[in-house]
Amino acid sequence: MAKRIDVSGLNAYYGGFRAVEDISMVVEPRSVTAFIGPSGCGKSTFLRTLNRMHEVIPGARVEGKVLLDDENLYGANIDPVAVRRTVGMVFQRPNPFPTMSIKENVAAGLKLNGVRNKKLIDEAVERSLRGANLWNEVKDRLDKPGAGLSGGQQQRLCIARAIAVEPQVLLMDEPCSALDPISTLAIEDLIGQLKEQFTIVIVTHNMQQAARVSDRTAFFNLSGVGQPGRLIEIDSTEKIFSNPSVQATEDYISGRFG
Amino acid sequence: METPRDTSAPPGDQQPPQGAHTATPNLAGSSPQRGRSSLSDSSRTGRRGDAIFKFASSGSGVLLLVIMAAIAAFLTVRAISAISANHGNFLTTAEWQTQTDPITFGIAAIALGTIISAVVAMALAVPVALGIALFISHYAPRRIAQALGYVVDLLAAVPSIVFGLWGALFLVPHMIGVNAWLNQYFSWTYVFHQNEPGTQPRSLFTVGVVLAIMILPIITAVTREIFLQVPRAHEEAALALGATRWEMIRTAVIPFGRSGIISASMLGLGRALGETMAVATVLSPSYVINFHILDPAGSTIAQNIASQFGESQGTGRDALIAAGLVLFVITLLVNGGARLIIARRKEYSGADA
Ligand SMILES: Nc1ncnc2c1ncn2[C@@H]1O[C@H](COP(=O)(O)OP(=O)(O)OP(=O)(O)O)[C@@H](O)[C@H]1O
Ligand SMILES: [Mg+2]
Repeated sequence: MAKRIDVSGLNAYYGGFRAVEDISMVVEPRSVTAFIGPSGCGKSTFLRTLNRMHEVIPGARVEGKVLLDDENLYGANIDPVAVRRTVGMVFQRPNPFPTMSIKENVAAGLKLNGVRNKKLIDEAVERSLRGANLWNEVKDRLDKPGAGLSGGQQQRLCIARAIAVEPQVLLMDEPCSALDPISTLAIEDLIGQLKEQFTIVIVTHNMQQAARVSDRTAFFNLSGVGQPGRLIEIDSTEKIFSNPSVQATEDYISGRFG
Repeated sequence: METPRDTSAPPGDQQPPQGAHTATPNLAGSSPQRGRSSLSDSSRTGRRGDAIFKFASSGSGVLLLVIMAAIAAFLTVRAISAISANHGNFLTTAEWQTQTDPITFGIAAIALGTIISAVVAMALAVPVALGIALFISHYAPRRIAQALGYVVDLLAAVPSIVFGLWGALFLVPHMIGVNAWLNQYFSWTYVFHQNEPGTQPRSLFTVGVVLAIMILPIITAVTREIFLQVPRAHEEAALALGATRWEMIRTAVIPFGRSGIISASMLGLGRALGETMAVATVLSPSYVINFHILDPAGSTIAQNIASQFGESQGTGRDALIAAGLVLFVITLLVNGGARLIIARRKEYSGADA
């Protein structure tokens, strides 16, 4: 069910400010692609253009093409709501719905898709929670509020919520940045399993994490404050971390700047 | 993702500040070795300010309670003296004869009128207020939203007598058509049946409409404020799941604002229940129990107090005090009910998320 993403000539703006300039890349299906780069270089901005979440910010807009298999997400008669059902997203800070129980949180996307059948929902909830490695911890308190979980559990709840609707692609923006090492490992393991089914893109500031979980790595950079971010290079993770073709990448990875 | 909207403000979990709990970390305690180490030097930690604040806040808290208790005691004593002189049954009599001897009065008709007009007002005002608040907070372009918000705040400050005059002079004549229509199509509901079609619409229903318009701005202003405080992260969570804007509002915004919506409605209800002038300008009071809300009949507790106060003295005034206490009890019950509803799902309130 995973799909390939083919981006060409993409610019993203906040009002008059161009945050991301002329990005072209291919994200392979059933693989993990990591985005790395210094703060403010537009990783989150670019990630959000991949499921049309960028444009929900007032004044924000996108130019260019994003092909999901053969369909341009920015084509004339594409419904952004449908895009977001196909391309799921996990945010940097865990954001379960505070007014919903654990179960309702996982089922929220299904409900939006019009699934009303109790049995189907229960099955999907269990499957997604198992998929997010959370089932054993919460199976006895599915009706308790989702906001009552620990930060790491909340983040896995958000992953469960995102995969419950069986998207083709899963975008993750620094999903582990608020988590302890054990929760981080749990989520990294999870990413390893999820890539069998989904195309995964993950933004991370943690070089080891990028090296551990990803198959391909993209390095972004910006030439100065107020300048747009650009894609410097994208290659297999092994190549980027051992022998990158651009000097800036090597400097960044070895910690010489940024 | 930073957005221009301010989402950092904590959602309104209206806990009254409690003067009694000004806990200060007691690092030094009353250790005899003052000044030995910097940890025991409490002169630099502003301890005296704390003490003053604690005294001032708990002092005014206690004073408030004492004043309240004194007022309550005074009112209760007067009310009891009137009720014991009452010839009728205070709760079931639909009459207000306090000039005669023995006096006969009861709150049946006016309590009913109060409740009917308040129910009509809430049923009309709350949905419309929510709609306007959502429009301002989530649909309107920034410029229009700001202008509208300003107008709503302004309307919330308009004195009720203005609404009353508007209701009497403008609304009453225009309600004739509405009443005829309701009577024609909804007469079968019993409440919208008119005994004499075509009479002046100086009815509890018209009062309800005036009250609805009067409390609309305050409910709108408060709920808009609450909707604006929904964290951007929750809205984006819903959008990223593929919610349309309306679905996003249903999954993230309204549940989050639920307790605030209830509180705002209570605020409006409080004004509607206690409103005197707006009712008095529209309604010519009569003490009958009538569930046909389009008929020109009925009265409310607040209006009854205002219209009777001048002519009555002695026990007659005490009888009005008793009626006022009933209004107080109604308000208390409604607010208690609302608190219960809010408390029952407190852990889901999202107030600390
Ligand atoms: N809502 C916004 N409005 C205006 N400008 C924004 C907004 N969000 C981000 N920007 C700007 O866009 C640029 C890219 O930001 P972005 O959040 O994509 O960076 P990032 O690479 O994700 O950084 P980090 O690693 O710190 O998360 C920055 O210059 C930032 O200031
Ligand atoms: Mg970011």
